Amino acid sequence: MDSMTNFMPAAPEIFLLAMTCVILITDSLLKNSSRMVTYMLVQLTLMICALITVGTHVNGVTYIFHGMFVDDLMSDVLKLLTYLAVSMMLVYSRLYLTVRGLFSGEFMTLTLFATLGMMVMISANNFLTLYLGLELLSLSLYAMVALQRDSAAATEAAMKYFILGALASGLLLYGMSMLYGATGSLGLEAVSHSIQSGHANKTLIVFGLVFVVSGLAFKLGAVPFHMWVPDVYHGAPTAMTMLIGSAPKLATFAFVARILVEGLQPLVQHWSGMLVILAIGSMALGNITAIAQTNLKRMFAYSTIAHMGFLLLGFISGSMEGYGSSMFYAVVYVLMSLGAFGMIMLLSRAGFEADTLDDFKGLNQRSPWLAFMMLLLMFSMAGVPPTVGFYAKFSVLNAIVQSGHVWLAVAAVLFSLIGAFYYLRIVKLMYFDAPETHTQIVFEPDTTLLISVNSLGVLLLGLLPGALMSVCAVSVRQSLLLH
Amino acid sequence: MFFELPVISVAIWLPIIFGILVLATGDDKNAPLARILAMVGAVLGFLVTIPLYTGFVRDTSDMQFVEMHGWISRFNIHYHLGVDGISVLFILLTSFFTPIVVLAGWKVIEKRVAQYMASFLIMSGIMIGVFSSLDAVLFYVFWEAMLIPMFLIIGVWGGANRVYAAVKFFLYTLLGSLLMLVALIYLYNKTGGSFEILDFHLVAIPMTAQILIFIAFFTAFAVKVPMFPVHTWLPDAHVEAPTGGSVILAAIMLKVGAYGFLRFSIPIVPDASHRLAGVMIALSLIAVVYIGLVALTQTDMKKLVAYSSISHMGFVTLGLFIFNEYGMEGALLQMISHGFVSGALFLCIGVLYDRMHSRNIADYGGVVKTMPVFAAFFMLFAMANVGLPGTSGFVGEFMVILGTVKSNFWYAFAAASTLIFGAAYTLWMYKRVIFGAVANAHVAELTDLTLREKVIFTVLAFTVLGMGLYPLPLSEILHVSVNDLLVHAARSKLP
Repeated sequence: MDSMTNFMPAAPEIFLLAMTCVILITDSLLKNSSRMVTYMLVQLTLMICALITVGTHVNGVTYIFHGMFVDDLMSDVLKLLTYLAVSMMLVYSRLYLTVRGLFSGEFMTLTLFATLGMMVMISANNFLTLYLGLELLSLSLYAMVALQRDSAAATEAAMKYFILGALASGLLLYGMSMLYGATGSLGLEAVSHSIQSGHANKTLIVFGLVFVVSGLAFKLGAVPFHMWVPDVYHGAPTAMTMLIGSAPKLATFAFVARILVEGLQPLVQHWSGMLVILAIGSMALGNITAIAQTNLKRMFAYSTIAHMGFLLLGFISGSMEGYGSSMFYAVVYVLMSLGAFGMIMLLSRAGFEADTLDDFKGLNQRSPWLAFMMLLLMFSMAGVPPTVGFYAKFSVLNAIVQSGHVWLAVAAVLFSLIGAFYYLRIVKLMYFDAPETHTQIVFEPDTTLLISVNSLGVLLLGLLPGALMSVCAVSVRQSLLLH
Repeated sequence: MFFELPVISVAIWLPIIFGILVLATGDDKNAPLARILAMVGAVLGFLVTIPLYTGFVRDTSDMQFVEMHGWISRFNIHYHLGVDGISVLFILLTSFFTPIVVLAGWKVIEKRVAQYMASFLIMSGIMIGVFSSLDAVLFYVFWEAMLIPMFLIIGVWGGANRVYAAVKFFLYTLLGSLLMLVALIYLYNKTGGSFEILDFHLVAIPMTAQILIFIAFFTAFAVKVPMFPVHTWLPDAHVEAPTGGSVILAAIMLKVGAYGFLRFSIPIVPDASHRLAGVMIALSLIAVVYIGLVALTQTDMKKLVAYSSISHMGFVTLGLFIFNEYGMEGALLQMISHGFVSGALFLCIGVLYDRMHSRNIADYGGVVKTMPVFAAFFMLFAMANVGLPGTSGFVGEFMVILGTVKSNFWYAFAAASTLIFGAAYTLWMYKRVIFGAVANAHVAELTDLTLREKVIFTVLAFTVLGMGLYPLPLSEILHVSVNDLLVHAARSKLP
């Protein structure tokens, strides 16, 4: 299967890169007033990428570039969802960015570069490609957070994000280098074989594993490596927060799955122990601290930390069942997160950010429809049926109970009970309180439609979750090979 | 002909669809339309459940009207519905109360009418779903979904302290539910991949696990019943909820908890249920005696009836955990009866509250002078609450006490004290509110029942008396299922 000449599995990446360069040049020739052309081009590019991804899909696992790059069902599914998430992010943020003067070519090309980074992360099968994808994503995101140059908060957020992100990359790279030293290889398959054979230096491997896990935890925003999350989520313009909080989670899932499952499965005993601590810490700190927040973006930042803890639980189970549930969790989380940040942007106006809890007061009186959409999203995040958030939690819990960690499941549900409180508070503000402002909400047809589809999707997937669950389970089972 | 129709599905989804239609009528400009549509939906919702009673085969404990479709194949979850003698009565109770609640809120609710009516209709469908689910995940979905409309009902249309009550209600119940979820998932793995509740009934479970599962179920169901000491949300929720909300809470939602004990705890973990029966009986007796005393001291009518509900539900759990036929059948009859009686009492208080905007007993006195018809109805329901022979309240209480005497005289002695306390707090409240001199100018200006209210109370009065004088139509339906449950409960499931 391995061949140097077969470029087809990487066709979406190649096309995206080419188009990004085209858009970069085209955009520099456009006047400020015709930025919509760039926007349309970007959307079109994502759409064609999706078509290419579907078109080049072949059954089974294909390795190319000497095993550096892999194309399988999981990567195709995740890439399609990534295009969708990025495209939705662009629709949500168009107006928001326009009134803030940030709707620029830079924003859109950086978005595409970030997307390319995610795609490489999803398909990487070698420490080097993994790292390459991660850095492409991260560097684009650092720049995007800093895009609002005259905002002190955004600059500070970008600075923190950059420094801590660089530190995390360093940790990851250090860990990888140790694994390389011990096993003599950078390819995930070879690393796995080498560890399994028992010839590699065990101490060095475990040492390297600690660094790798720390680096991953950093990127996920799991406790105790979560410090950057609230500041970045809060400081960045909401559109960038939405990007950070959505599609990259899919890529990060793939990243973690590739390294820990495909590369380091023989060490499952070691890393699942570490993940237990990370998961419990994240769920505890995320949920408890979120209660104290008055800023919605900060609250969602802590809620993300808690959600990432839940996502890690699936990995702890160490079974295909568990990895599949983690993937399902990631997909569902991205859907909910897009909706929640979309709502913040929808309620924001020129010079006004609707990002505090008070801005949601009495939303039911200002717009019953939007309030209902937000209600669905919040109950989904809290994991209350009949929304899809419940099934995400359900499948993860099932996986860990199956692997015998009943106490972990009990801890997880207790923390999600705490989490339910702050989601409930938003519902309370929307429905029980009187509005603080009676400013007319501007209904743009595209964003209103999208938020409706997004939230009703959360409900509909909650009524019929079977298909998406199966897709995740099957793609993980077919793609993550245990060497 | 009804056997071909998916009767239960229609009973679940018809009110929900009508609820969505009512929501679609939009803001309060269209309130009359919303009311009429809601009434049509509620009445139709009741009519479609009647075949469940008429077509019910009384001499089998098998599930009837079964519907089974694949739902989430990955976890082997099915859309599996069915009723036995126990659940069918609760479904009827639910669908019966929906039109009453809609009618009760007809005039009183003026803001966001469509949302109010829709909440109750959707709620009704969801509760029927709870009572008829035979798949544990389906059950859980309905069980949790119940929280959302109830949360909004209390929080939006409730009294002054409504937000606190709504959040307390939600979090209390969610805690129990989540632990139950873990137990259900454990059982799923234990059965080797089935979420069928009837499969759970058969699987062997070691004692330690049984006890843990029992505790998980207990937190879920005891909160809903509510049992002492997790009852504190109920008075808050009742006092702050609008009349319709209180009625649904007392008449149906409390039954959901006891139903859970019947459907899950006792048949799935019978050994743990027997082992912990002493604790359950003790908690039940505390509820009966102590909460009865607490009710005596209340100054707020709604709070008084709320505490009386807890005390009556103590009777129900007592009847369930003495494990004999009288106890269990008595408990079921007590639940149905309590549904009607407490619902009626909350409606009575609602009638007074709509006119006076006060629930304080001290603000009333001499109401009989201005509202004689109302006083008569109120008397009947108060007597039924006390358990006067001839009313529905008597049958259940009597059977539970009878069953308890069989197992332990002193338990029965303690339980029977409710006949005194119950009479004391109910009649004392009745006396202070209805009799005596006319307390103030507001009472003097009261107007008697309107036609709408008379209709509601007449229907309820007939039901309460009918059940008390001739309970056979009810007990013959549940008889076989109860016996079957007792057989299940007596069979050890230790591996």
